[in-house]
Amino acid sequence: MLSYAILSGITLGGMYALVAMGLTLQYGVSRIMNLAYGELVIVASFIAFVFMTTLGINPIVGLLIIIPLSFALNWAIYRILLTPLVARAKNRGMLEVDSILATFGLLFIVQGVLLVWFGGNYYSYDFMNDAVDVFGAAIAANRLVALGFAVVIGLGFYLILTRTRIGTALRAVAVDPTSARLVAIDVNFASCFAFALGGAVAAVGGVLVSMFLTFSTSMGVVFTMKALIVVIMGGVGNLLGALIAGLILGVAESLVATYVDPGLTIAVTYVIFLLVLLIKPSGLFGRAAS
Amino acid sequence: MSILKPDFIKPVAIGAVIFAALAFLPSLVDSYYMSLAISVVSFAVLATAWSMFSGPTRYISLATVVFFGIGAYTVAVLGEVLAFPLVLLCAGLAGTVVALLVGFSTLRLAGVYFVIFTFGLTELVRQVVSWYEVNVTREMGRYVFLDITQNDIYWQLLALFAVLLLTGFVLGRSRLGFALRIIGEDETVAKHCGIDVTRVKVALFVLSALFMTLTGAIIAPRWTYIDPVIAFNPMLSFQVVIMALLGGPRRLLGPLLGVIPLTLLFEVLTASFPNHFSILLGCVFMVIVYLLPGGVVGLYEKYRAPKKRTLSTDTETTRKSEEKTA
Repeated sequence: MLSYAILSGITLGGMYALVAMGLTLQYGVSRIMNLAYGELVIVASFIAFVFMTTLGINPIVGLLIIIPLSFALNWAIYRILLTPLVARAKNRGMLEVDSILATFGLLFIVQGVLLVWFGGNYYSYDFMNDAVDVFGAAIAANRLVALGFAVVIGLGFYLILTRTRIGTALRAVAVDPTSARLVAIDVNFASCFAFALGGAVAAVGGVLVSMFLTFSTSMGVVFTMKALIVVIMGGVGNLLGALIAGLILGVAESLVATYVDPGLTIAVTYVIFLLVLLIKPSGLFGRAAS
Repeated sequence: MSILKPDFIKPVAIGAVIFAALAFLPSLVDSYYMSLAISVVSFAVLATAWSMFSGPTRYISLATVVFFGIGAYTVAVLGEVLAFPLVLLCAGLAGTVVALLVGFSTLRLAGVYFVIFTFGLTELVRQVVSWYEVNVTREMGRYVFLDITQNDIYWQLLALFAVLLLTGFVLGRSRLGFALRIIGEDETVAKHCGIDVTRVKVALFVLSALFMTLTGAIIAPRWTYIDPVIAFNPMLSFQVVIMALLGGPRRLLGPLLGVIPLTLLFEVLTASFPNHFSILLGCVFMVIVYLLPGGVVGLYEKYRAPKKRTLSTDTETTRKSEEKTA
């Protein structure tokens, strides 16, 4: 029982960490507080569902199509919807307010479209649902596959950011957009790229989650919320922090769902959030707020 | 505070006459228009209360429905046990306690934490109330059978709106209101002036939440049946934000300019496109955010008073230079 709870907590936490990594990129580099982020996760889940059930494409293969697609979609969102806001914002605070409002509107549009197509029911599909024995706990193979992919993609993502030229440029913009311009970094391009990359990561998260969880059109808000909490807990822009914070959240939720009541998982999320806000608002690994 | 001066008495007197006239509406129109009037007045209270806090501070609260729902739920639980005024009192207390908790845990931090917290708060409260109903009371959904007519609801809401406007009016001329405007312009400056920033923000947030809670409590008898999904519908928070933004949240009567056209628009949209309501609402919202960032009031001021702009660009340049040094 305990090993099962912890294992499923780790797979769930891995998903949270992955999804939060995308958000920390969008918020840390592009300075966009994207409240529609969770909707993008859910859209990817539904696309994976349609691929699997009507086209017979399994979600792993589907990723090859979904990743470029979501990258392009997020690129377009940034170019069309967010660039005017970036251009008119006089300071960071104004961009934050504007982007919160714009993406809040986007949230309702995406949710409305999903609702028209899929309705309010819960969806799931059958993919690699055989149990595998791990440390005495029977766990579904799809969870392990999802976790494996999350680790691989998260790692690749980490390497892009730390080992490549564009990754270094992104980190420079995250630290200070004004100074980044001085060393010939195209800040607009970097912001757009970071936003699109973050969106692609969200889509990967959505596909992987859909392999082992039931999902519905209204779940986007919960994903956004959890991703935001993980980002804050780990420290904005801190990938390693997001990983650890995601795992903590996943395991805590799984333990409460197993031993107390599955209906209280969101309460756990909030208790953790409150504790972070009260004790260390700059995040577990963040520097003290200036 | 300049009570009993002409510039205070005149607007209050005009307001009193208008509200007295509005109180006679039920004897003039039929029940369809009364229900529309109730929607307008309830949204007017919610949007004005929202702007009272979010307008000057620019802290966007996405949790209007949390307080509204707490009010409605209190009536559903206590409505048949206590007299209605006592129920309203309990609702107000519950809303105040929740607002204090939210305020003290988030308002001492940067604005974005507050937004995130309120963004998920609806989901939290709805799930916790559902969990409580399923596991402890073992009844999901409650009936509200109270001897309160549509006209009673209208009058109560109208009175609440009058009190809210008066509060906002007095607040605008008080030390608290002044402190709030300074905080909105520049929080660092406010701190240096000796303003207890957190306490001012929390006080205003609680006040605004109190009005939202009471609106929910007053309007609850209209529904007869309440469950957590109905009482805590996030769409309501969204509607209130749109209305306040369209009108212009930085003026006392600004939100009202957004409430009237949008309530009518929503009425048409829900009737004609019930399935596409959320999409259309999102589109309306985007249009307002992109094309009317200061709301109708902002547009009016922009064309009427070009002098004021020099002042605001001044503060913006100083802020920019501050950012560079920071």
